[in-house]
Amino acid sequence: MLEIRDVAKSYGSGSKVTHALRSISFSIAERELVCVVGPSGCGKTTLLKCIAGLLRPTRGEVLLHGEPVTAPPEEMAVVFQEYNRSLMPWSTVRNNVLLPLRHKKLSKDERTRLVEEALEAVGLTRFIDHYPWQLSGGMQQRVAIARALAYQPSILLMDEPFASVDAQTRGDLEDLVLRVRDEFGITILFVTHDIDESVYLSDRIVVLTHAPTVVKEVVRVELPSPRDQIATKELPEFATQRAYVYRLIKHDTTAPAPSTLVGEGLHD
Amino acid sequence: MRGRGHETVKVAAEIAVPIAIVVVWELWARSADSQFWPPPSKIVQEFNDLWVFEQFRSDVVPSLMRILLGFGIGSAVGVAIGVPLGMSLWARKFAMPQIEYWRAMPPPALLPISVLLLHSIGNLQKVSFIAFFCIFPVLLNTIDGIRGLDPTLVDTARAYGIPAHERIRRIVLPAAFPQISAGMRISLSLAVIIMVVAEYFSSTSGVGYVLLISKNTFQLGPMWAAIVLIGVIGYVLNLAYLLAERRMLAWHRGWRAATPQ
Repeated sequence: MLEIRDVAKSYGSGSKVTHALRSISFSIAERELVCVVGPSGCGKTTLLKCIAGLLRPTRGEVLLHGEPVTAPPEEMAVVFQEYNRSLMPWSTVRNNVLLPLRHKKLSKDERTRLVEEALEAVGLTRFIDHYPWQLSGGMQQRVAIARALAYQPSILLMDEPFASVDAQTRGDLEDLVLRVRDEFGITILFVTHDIDESVYLSDRIVVLTHAPTVVKEVVRVELPSPRDQIATKELPEFATQRAYVYRLIKHDTTAPAPSTLVGEGLHD
Repeated sequence: MRGRGHETVKVAAEIAVPIAIVVVWELWARSADSQFWPPPSKIVQEFNDLWVFEQFRSDVVPSLMRILLGFGIGSAVGVAIGVPLGMSLWARKFAMPQIEYWRAMPPPALLPISVLLLHSIGNLQKVSFIAFFCIFPVLLNTIDGIRGLDPTLVDTARAYGIPAHERIRRIVLPAAFPQISAGMRISLSLAVIIMVVAEYFSSTSGVGYVLLISKNTFQLGPMWAAIVLIGVIGYVLNLAYLLAERRMLAWHRGWRAATPQ
């Protein structure tokens, strides 16, 4: 349903040009959960913003159902890393989730229902009239997820959403993502720097190189569903997959290949 | 217990200083017996005779109306101009030199023009004169507040396709409001100053007018009563604004307390 075709992004011009993304191509199928991982500073967030229609790529295009994305599409929702900055501190949890629904052609009852259902799905019904800053970090990110779900997207983009919550909360939120994917039947593109997280969540993992970035390899994750924080991570296959992805990235980190050689023959 | 004792001492100190000043003034004025410096007890007497409630309707109410209308209109115009300027670099390039020029203008310098332009020394002239100078603190703070808008919030609004009017109403203005409000507080005290200036130089009613007339006719009791009233108006308006702001910006205090800055 989503196709990223030869996307490149550079900043500046002339001799001062910086190539952030050199050429990225991959695609995501309906209801698939794909993680994008790569060394830090490889332009993961830039790529996500290009896909979301928030940033115009220098070259290439993003196709959603075959249509080029030039502005943020209506059937796409985004969850950002900085939950404390993407939520509005002057609005209650209810009004934060309601915000993107206000301009949709829906009845008042319909809006209320969507907001309440979304908050129920993330387990925050009790906190609907609280302010975001009255909640813990993990709960605030649940509010951001609820806002995305209430928007009824067919595809959800998540930009390192759990990078700033503690490990235990993180596990819970990962399971929440897997659950809502099944419950709401949505496609998810999940950007992370955490290899364990990417293996645990993904159907496929897109591994990126250093900047100027290309796709190093697309790895299919062969782990049984439903995933479980303990049982799945105990499997020898989990360790193998994890090590494999780790080597792909680590190799790239310790010995960055000359940029002219990287990727050309490798990318998907 | 110790904390509470400390609080009591603090409040006592706050009250003690003004009381001490008044007592010293009273004693000194009685012994000096100067017609320019009547003792506070006499000023209070004059204050009662004049304002409670002899000339309250004829002079205090007009002054208050002018302050509040001028402040309200000036603030609204400041926000209305500040929003597009805050959101557009080009608009700022065109407008900032103008704003800097007019904002640096001392209010009395424009008084003759305001009287001539409006052919009047009535309420319209007073209110528009006050409003004009109330624009600038609000305008500059609105621009600053909007420029400081968090980019993540801007991206969020764009990603969810929130239309411009909703964005301004539900994101841009609330986010800038703590700063806009700080500008409004400056404008409110400015409105009191400009009310006095405008009424002192060109008026037929108002507290500033009473100040001028009583000075010119050497009625120093009423003059002092007018001065005290102007102080009280400024103090009470500021206090009322602070209380209103505390309510409106309750979220801001909570958010700041919860977020490491």
